[in-house]
Amino acid sequence: MENLNIFIRSIFVDNMIFAYFLGMCSFLAVSKNVKTAFGLGLAVTFMLVITLPVNYLLNTYVLSPGALTWLGPEFADVDLSFLSLILFIAVIASMTQLVEMAVEKFSPSLYASLGIFLPLIAVNCAILGGSLFMQQRDFGSVWTAFCAGGGWGLGWLLAITAVAAIRERVSSYSKVPAPLRGVGITFIITALMGIAFMSFLGIKI
Amino acid sequence: MADNNTSWKTVLFNPFSKNNPVIVQILGICSVLAVTAKLEPAIVMGLSVIAVLAFSNVIISLLRNTIPNSIRIIVQLVVVAGLVIIVSELLKAYVYDVSVQLSVFIGLIITNCILMGRLEAFAMANRPWASFLDGVGNGVGYACILIIVGFFRELLGSGTLLGFRVIPQAAYDAGYVNNGLMILPPMALIVVACIIWVHRHYNKDLQED
Repeated sequence: MENLNIFIRSIFVDNMIFAYFLGMCSFLAVSKNVKTAFGLGLAVTFMLVITLPVNYLLNTYVLSPGALTWLGPEFADVDLSFLSLILFIAVIASMTQLVEMAVEKFSPSLYASLGIFLPLIAVNCAILGGSLFMQQRDFGSVWTAFCAGGGWGLGWLLAITAVAAIRERVSSYSKVPAPLRGVGITFIITALMGIAFMSFLGIKI
Repeated sequence: MADNNTSWKTVLFNPFSKNNPVIVQILGICSVLAVTAKLEPAIVMGLSVIAVLAFSNVIISLLRNTIPNSIRIIVQLVVVAGLVIIVSELLKAYVYDVSVQLSVFIGLIITNCILMGRLEAFAMANRPWASFLDGVGNGVGYACILIIVGFFRELLGSGTLLGFRVIPQAAYDAGYVNNGLMILPPMALIVVACIIWVHRHYNKDLQED
């Protein structure tokens, strides 16, 4: 129940794009049409679902203060948390590489649709942001981390697909002032969607 | 020599306006939106990015001939992550309050696209001194936008600047209210959109069709 709650909250209330504005760079660059936007959204979801549990285990058993006690009592006061940034990003970068190789080998059709986005994802702030939020919030178990990762990923997917659909319509049917065309209007669309998403604030299951 | 000077100037000053990382190259948007509700964290964040960007540019530029092409992204990430850890520990030691407000966003400097963008596009192909100037230029361009957005959001949202009240009590007595919406993150997007609007109005060549 707790995990379901976190899953739903991560999709709507803590939405990576509309509440935290993470992963905006690729969001703005790729949301020109729905199909590619959906592909990138899938790739981001996939990476969040994989990296969040891995980083959770890393954080619990290696990085946080006293986490190394399982090696022996003399490690009880070792605190490696200052290394978390460098390890998280290393996990994310190597996972990206691994997933890219695995997908290329086992599912060439998926690779063809995701291929160009996979390397981009190592530097997508939504992925690292997910791991940092996970560390900050002290999730109870690896399942919670898994659910939060899935929720954040789906929320990101939802956001980029919705905005891409609106952008497609805006670019063909509406008359936007010349200086605002392209990026400017996308900022405003995202802001209005963000305000709309605020109405989910406080939902609980 | 004169020629050399002008090229240094372009490298240093172009990112202020013509090639601004935030409003023209559209990089590093995440942090612009998240840390600008108040002016003070915006300034600290701007300074941190200038420092990390300048030094990572220099380091990558020094290493550029020895990095194997296939693992360059990981090398770049490790250099940046090392510098960000130093900055984050320094902030925790000297300005603890601000570092709490910035929370995860100092860590997210690592994945700030401005860094990867400049490292890939400039530092991998240029000498250390030019890379340093490029890093400072882009960092300052980023910090400028951050400070403009932070200024308007704090002024209109809380009626203060750097924590000091600037809107006189008389205005409140006469019925003026702070615009609570400005504190919320979506308004940062609108403010940046307005900056883009004004900027592209004067730089017609940047307009998209």
